[in-house]
Parts: sequence; C-alpha cells; structure tokens
Amino acid sequence: MHRSEKVWLTLSFGMIMAFMIFAGYQTFALEMGPPSHGERIDPQKVDETAPFNEPGVKQIGENEYEVVMTLQIFSFTPSDIEIPAGSTVHFTLTSKDVVHGFQVAETNINAMVMPGYVQKITQKFDKAGEYLVLCNEYCGAGHQLMGTTITVK
Amino acid sequence: MESVIAQNTNTSLKEKTNKVLGVNLQDAKLSKSYLSVAFIALLIGATLGLLQGLNRAGLLELPAWLNYYQVLTAHGLLLVVVFSATFTIGYFYAGMSHTLGGLLPKVRTMAWIGFWLKIIGVVLVVIPILMNEASVMYTFYPPMAAHPVFYFGLVLVVLGVWMACFGGFIQVANWRKNHKGQHLPIFSFFATGVFILLVGGTAFVAVEVIFMIIPWSLGWVDTINVMVARTLFWAFGHTAVNIWYLTAVSAWYVIVPKIIGGNRWSDVLTRVVVIALVIMNITGGFHHQIVDPGISLSVKYMHVFMSLAIGFPSLMTAYALFAVFEKTARKKGGKGLIGWFKTLPWGDVRFLAPFIAMAAFIPAGAGGIAQTTNQLNQVVHNSLWVVGHFHLTLGMSVAMTFFGISYWLVPHLSKRVLTKGMNQFGVVTTIIWTIGMITMSGAMHTVGLFGSPRRTSYSTYFDNATALSWDPYLIFLAIGGTMLMVAAIMQVYSVFNLMFFAPKGETEFPIAEEEKGASKTPYWTERWGVWVVLMIIVVAMAYVIPLTDFIVNAPPGSPPFKTW
Repeated sequence: MHRSEKVWLTLSFGMIMAFMIFAGYQTFALEMGPPSHGERIDPQKVDETAPFNEPGVKQIGENEYEVVMTLQIFSFTPSDIEIPAGSTVHFTLTSKDVVHGFQVAETNINAMVMPGYVQKITQKFDKAGEYLVLCNEYCGAGHQLMGTTITVK
Repeated sequence: MESVIAQNTNTSLKEKTNKVLGVNLQDAKLSKSYLSVAFIALLIGATLGLLQGLNRAGLLELPAWLNYYQVLTAHGLLLVVVFSATFTIGYFYAGMSHTLGGLLPKVRTMAWIGFWLKIIGVVLVVIPILMNEASVMYTFYPPMAAHPVFYFGLVLVVLGVWMACFGGFIQVANWRKNHKGQHLPIFSFFATGVFILLVGGTAFVAVEVIFMIIPWSLGWVDTINVMVARTLFWAFGHTAVNIWYLTAVSAWYVIVPKIIGGNRWSDVLTRVVVIALVIMNITGGFHHQIVDPGISLSVKYMHVFMSLAIGFPSLMTAYALFAVFEKTARKKGGKGLIGWFKTLPWGDVRFLAPFIAMAAFIPAGAGGIAQTTNQLNQVVHNSLWVVGHFHLTLGMSVAMTFFGISYWLVPHLSKRVLTKGMNQFGVVTTIIWTIGMITMSGAMHTVGLFGSPRRTSYSTYFDNATALSWDPYLIFLAIGGTMLMVAAIMQVYSVFNLMFFAPKGETEFPIAEEEKGASKTPYWTERWGVWVVLMIIVVAMAYVIPLTDFIVNAPPGSPPFKTW
C-alpha cells in the first residue's frame, strides 16, 4: 500500500469519526437529537385521547407555549397559529390517518408524524414573521395543499 | 476423479470456444432482452420525469386522468426498480457467461423465467397506477393502501429477481466446483456480491408485502403495524439503490481500466471493497428514519455509524480509481502534477460517461454523508435536496455508468461494432445528460435547503411568500428535465442502433488484467459463507432492537386508507 493511500484512508477514517463525534456531541451533550418521542396512541381514537381531544395553543410558561396538533388529510389542527416573538414552542403531534411530515420552512423543524405515535419537537422563534408550515410526506391527492402558517409577532 | 477431469477439460474447452467464437448467442439473447426492457423503461421513465419537472416548475397542469402522483409513482418504480434491476441482471449475466465459460442451460432457463415473472409483475404494477388505484409512490407506506393487484405485481417482480439471483448462485457454485482453489474471476465476484445483496435486501420488502400488506389490503386483517412496515421497507429501499451503485462500481474497477489501456487496481483491495459493501449495506437504509417517532436516540446514533461505515469502502474506491487513471496516463507519457489528466481518452464515450459518473459521486457521496448525520438529516429530510441527491447518485453515477457500458456491451452481444459516428453521438448524449442533471440536481439541492418539499405537485401554499420565493429555482427543474429527456431519447436510440443496425463485427468484453507481478490474493476472500453470516450479524445488530420494540410495544394498528 502506498504512503499516499495510507494517508488518504486515515483521513477518510478520521472524517467518518469526526462526523460520529459531532453527531454524538450534538445529540447527547447539546440535546439537539432528532425528534424521537416514543409515546404510542390509538390512531383511530385520537379525538378521544388526551391531549389531542383538545388541540390548540396553550401558554405553559413565560414565553413558553405548547401546541397540541393533529395532522389529517390535508390539514393541520390548529392552523394559522400566532405566537409572540422570543417564545419557545413545544409541538406535540400525531396523525389521524396516514403518514404525514411536519416541516416549518426556515427553521430546523422537520419530523415524521406517524399514526399510532406521538411525536414531539421544540423550537424557539426569535425572528418575527410568517413561517410556512407544510406536510413534507406525500399523503394523498391534496398533499400539495396541506400547509398553514405560524405568525411570530 | 475422472469425471472431474472430464468436466474440467469440458469447461476450459467451453471457455476457449467462447474466446474464439465470441459471445454465446443464447446467452446474448437473454442479456439483450434484459437490456431492451431496461432502456424502454428508461425512455418511459424519463418522459414521466419531464412531465413532473414541467409541472413542478408551474408550466404544465397535468390532466385529472394522469395526475402528478400517478406520474411520480410510475417514474420512481420504472427507474429505481425496472431500469436498474433489468440492466444489472442483463449486464452481470453477460459477464458471467463471458468469464465463467457460458451459462449452464438450467441457469439460462431460470433467468428467462425470472425475466417473464418481472415483465408480468411490472404490468400488474402499472395497471392499477394508470387506473389511479395505486398512487402510493415507490415507498407505498402503509396505511395508504393501493389496489391489491399492485402488491401482487411487486411480489412477482421480486420473485423474478430471485430467479435471476439464484441462477447466478448456481452458475458460480458450478464454476467453483470445477475450479477448486481458484479465485472467482473478479467480474463474477462482483456479480455474486450484487446477487447476495439483491436477495438480502428484497427479503425485507417481501416479508412486508406478503405477510403484512397483502392480507391487510385484501381485508383479511383489519389493521397494520405502520412502523414495522416502514422499517422493513427501508431495509430494502436503500439497499436497492446501493446495489445499483455497486453494479456501477464493478465497471469502474473491472472495465474502465481496460478501456483506457491500463491494469486493474489491487485485486485483494477490490475484493475487500465488495465484501465490505455486502456486509454493511442493508443497515444503511435506517437513515431514512432519522426523524421518525418511536426510535430512541441511542438506536439512531448507532445507525449513524452503520450508515457512515458504507462511506469507507467508497472512499477506498475513490483513491483506487484515480490511482489507476494516473498510473495509466503516466505510462502513456502523461506528465506533471495534474497534466497527465489530458492523456486520458476523453473522446471515447466508453470512458467519458463512466468518468463523469465517478466524478459525480464525489459531491453525491458527500451529500450522502451529510444526510446520514442526525442533525444535518433533520435539515434536509423530505425536501427536494434529497431528490437532488439521488439524481446525482442514481441519475449520474449509476445511470451514466450504465450508459457507458451500453456502448460496448450491446455491440458485443449483437456482434456489431461501435462506429466513430455513434461514439461521437454518445459523447454528445453524455454532455447533454451531464448538463441537464447538474442543472436539475443543483436547483433541487438549493431549493431543498430553503425547505421546498419533495413529492409535492406545484403549489404556492395559498400564495405564501416563502413558497413563491422557490419558483425561480423550480424553473431549472423543467430546463434540466427537458435536456435529460433529449439525452434519454438519444441514449435509447444508440442502444437499439447498436443492437440492430450498427455494422457487423466483433466487439470485445473489456476486462482489465491485474498488473504483472501483483501479489497473489489470499484465498480467504472467497469465503462467501463467512461474509453472508457477517452480513446477517450486522443486520441483526441494526434491526433486532427497533423491530422488537415496534412489535412488542405496538400501538393499535391502522386500517387502510385511499387518500388520492
């Protein structure tokens, strides 16, 4: 094996390890792990199951909100959400039918929402403006219309 | 003992006749049939791709009887499954016939049965799509439920693939029995790896479709476990595309060095790359589930390693190929730190197409490494970035290598030659395809980072400002898609011209030799049993924990939905 190949392979291995270390550090030390909530729910009884029996925006602290949201073809409940700038928002999500995706453009909010599972994701909204919320997993004929907004004032 | 000797002389006689007379006509017919289906699928798939590009750019409204999601489902299946699988099988069968002394009659029959199973399967898959009864995409995630016929078709396609794979195993086992102590010829070594992965990967989707989806779509059971289905799908879904990549890699290691007049890279390292890709491939699919609920952070983190590990053999490959290029170019008088590059045969489409394919894998592989890392994946998951990524990997690295192969494989099989004119035509095709794919994929990567979702027909989201700001980029999907359509038509024309109309003659099956005086490859590389066991162990490490959790702690299941 040539010296240059040894150098190349060492660098390759080093790069893979660096990705591992950064991913691990972000996940476990900075708590930036990807959305992975484990709670289960009966997908046919979402409307009767707390907290999804009362979907909506709830203030749970100073500058802190919880959004309990159901996703169903082809809408989000609640929709057209308004929150003050600087708030941290905890989204609690589930699907009432097929697989959906929950994405807020211009943020890192991106999570799969599966029937039978409760998904959670948190985001701090510092900048005022209108954020586009959309379903990013194909869910049927009206998938391209499944969108709403979060207005940060 | 006597019979063994007789068999040995028999096979080596066959090998010699093969060399003198060229291709075995019956084997050639088989491979030509597979390749014909592959390129017809490419033509239809590209046409559907163009329709999507035009729609997504807001230039074309598709009619109700052929909507965006029907087109997208057919496009994905035709290109990711039909084009790639039939090309791969046709190509490896041609190479097995060439390097293993002709196909056994039994094996040829199996491959034909596999061929027809796949054809019937594809027809059964396409009919419900055309009737708008199966707009469920390449991934067909439950609880979306297509017409049961769609799933029956998929099962037949998988059975067809298995027939071809097991035919390959029989062929290889027979050769090994008659060549005790010898190394399997490198081309067939790649074929073996690919067939093992094809069986391993499709096994997961077969379990998903046969034991979960079909009983549920027929109404025999009321509900389905969506996370188990999804996890099984991705154990297949990503393995499939990695198999097409491994097929392209086989040409990079074995064929391209011969075309440029050089020698192969170290035989043992080549075999190690194949073995590593076979062992580690299947678990890579998990990175499609990084933002899924129900999977713990530690399992997801373990899978970062499992996915990134596949990057290592690819990085070995990158070094090997450029080392071969440099060595060959210098031997031909190339000079300077990078000046030797000019010595390579740029005007030869058989080199140019696979070279661009390899070069494309540099950004494509880098994008893949980014996507497999948890936090970076969250930024781009299900955005058009991902579509841009796999159009670089599959649409360039794989497809262009396949195109490059077609310029010698088709004439070889048809006893014809590649004329200067057709070579020029191929060079132009390659350039148009390259520019088209860079345009489209570049725009997809960019607009994906801004948040534009994949698998979504044209939408302004009620004139939302953010969504409207994506439109200028989406125009490039239409521009790139149009160029790709032109190149696809040219490519398919070339294939059929070379098959039926090009001047008669002999075209060689270019397999590069090892360098003279290369050290002997140790025999442990041939221990396929061990590699398969290791593959199963790695798969078990990756999937036993999450699958058990999904089954034991399953939520109530989901009934079928038809939401289109």
